Amino acid sequence: MLARGWRPAAALFLLFLFWELAVKFFETPAWLLPSPSQIFATGISEWTKFYPHLLATVKLAAAGFFIGAGTGLLTAMLLHLLPFIKESIYPLLILSQNIPIIVLAPLLIIWFGFGMLPKIIVITLVCFFPVTIAALDGFRQATPELRQYMYMAGATKGQLFWKLEFPYSLPAVFSGLKISATYSVMGAVISEWLGAQAGIGVYMTLASSSFRTDRVFVAIFFIMILSLLFFFLIKLAERFIIHWQYREDVHQ
Amino acid sequence: MTLLTVTNLSKQLGGVKILENINVRVKKGEFLTILGPSGSGKSTFFQLIGGLMLPDSGSIYLGNEKINGKRGYISYMPQTPSLLPWRTVMGNVLLGQELKGKKDKQLAAEMLERAGLGAYKDAYPHELSGGMKQRAAFIRALLSPQSVICLDEPFSALDEFTRLHMQKWLLSIWEEYKKTIIFVTHNIEEALFLSDRIIVFSERPATVKAEFKLPFPRPRKENILFDEQFLAIKQKIFREISGGR
Repeated sequence: MLARGWRPAAALFLLFLFWELAVKFFETPAWLLPSPSQIFATGISEWTKFYPHLLATVKLAAAGFFIGAGTGLLTAMLLHLLPFIKESIYPLLILSQNIPIIVLAPLLIIWFGFGMLPKIIVITLVCFFPVTIAALDGFRQATPELRQYMYMAGATKGQLFWKLEFPYSLPAVFSGLKISATYSVMGAVISEWLGAQAGIGVYMTLASSSFRTDRVFVAIFFIMILSLLFFFLIKLAERFIIHWQYREDVHQ
Repeated sequence: MTLLTVTNLSKQLGGVKILENINVRVKKGEFLTILGPSGSGKSTFFQLIGGLMLPDSGSIYLGNEKINGKRGYISYMPQTPSLLPWRTVMGNVLLGQELKGKKDKQLAAEMLERAGLGAYKDAYPHELSGGMKQRAAFIRALLSPQSVICLDEPFSALDEFTRLHMQKWLLSIWEEYKKTIIFVTHNIEEALFLSDRIIVFSERPATVKAEFKLPFPRPRKENILFDEQFLAIKQKIFREISGGR
């Protein structure tokens, strides 16, 4: 990990260095574009104020992710096990991804108020789709030989699913989960823009309306870090759950 | 006692006749081999008695029960080992039992021990060699509750040395448990070495072209491979297969 990690780290460092020098050289005002060192300083001095917002977003994103991913997986199972539903619902699923969230979110607030529900709906809407598509694909991955074996042995449809298709789909499902995990942070921030007690989204709106660009950047960086963290947590879970595949990779 | 009776079985796939009027009877505890050229419909035959497809005509009886199109009456060992990669060897060999009801871990452990896989009980399939995977797949078929085992060219992917070794191993296990076996192969020597009886399929559409009862005593010894009688029957079968071309 460390051996491979130095390239992107070096690239990132160079980018920051360039940014820092450019801001210094052109004497850009801080409200237009703060330098990385200014953002870092703000991050430290603002930490106690920022921390509760961060925590609120983490909770919201995690709750949204679990509900969204769960919905995605359930939808995929339903569509897979009941093909006649798949035919009628599948186009609707794709359409659901074409609704601009920015437009939908205020409507959800009108319908459901400022509580958790509209926020969870927004996150679910962005999270479920990658999982559904990945799982639907994964359920069909099992090799014909294994399928034939299971059928010959007299497996029922349920047994075929739980003992063969579902475990076989896990690598694909995890690819979907990784995408969803990063989306969930974005979804949480967007839903917080619309009104919440606390959250990075709230902090961001306040910061940008008072031209505290440095604080906006602090928020942006934490969103990135949070997304990365979620991504790695899923990757860790994947390694733990699909151990047979990773060991196979090592073997070959 | 006849266990499996196949009468006048015919099947077309996509307008092509694959099987025509196949009649086969398998006795309980018998080791029957179906020998035929590649693409002669041996696999289709298995899919029919395994219930994966319905025949166009004819019937398949297991004992007194008609099993046309019924799944789960035949235990099956495919050409590739087809073990589930996320299960240990133990978990894999229990699969057949699990699908139909009760698991017998003790018997499974005993059989794995006898199969030389005792030390690999908790290993995953990717940790095993090709021959070991096939052994596990055979133990799985043997442990399954069904009374007839179908083996679909199980050793065709192995190299010559491993194959002879596996054939001897298969016989030693089978001679102990005496399950009914239908073995499919295109290897004449393999058929002669293993079976009680050989049925020769013709080329497409497959019909039963000839039948040979083998007089060799059990337990089979490797030296029958060079026996005069063995070579004589081998020649006969060879003529039977190539004569039709």
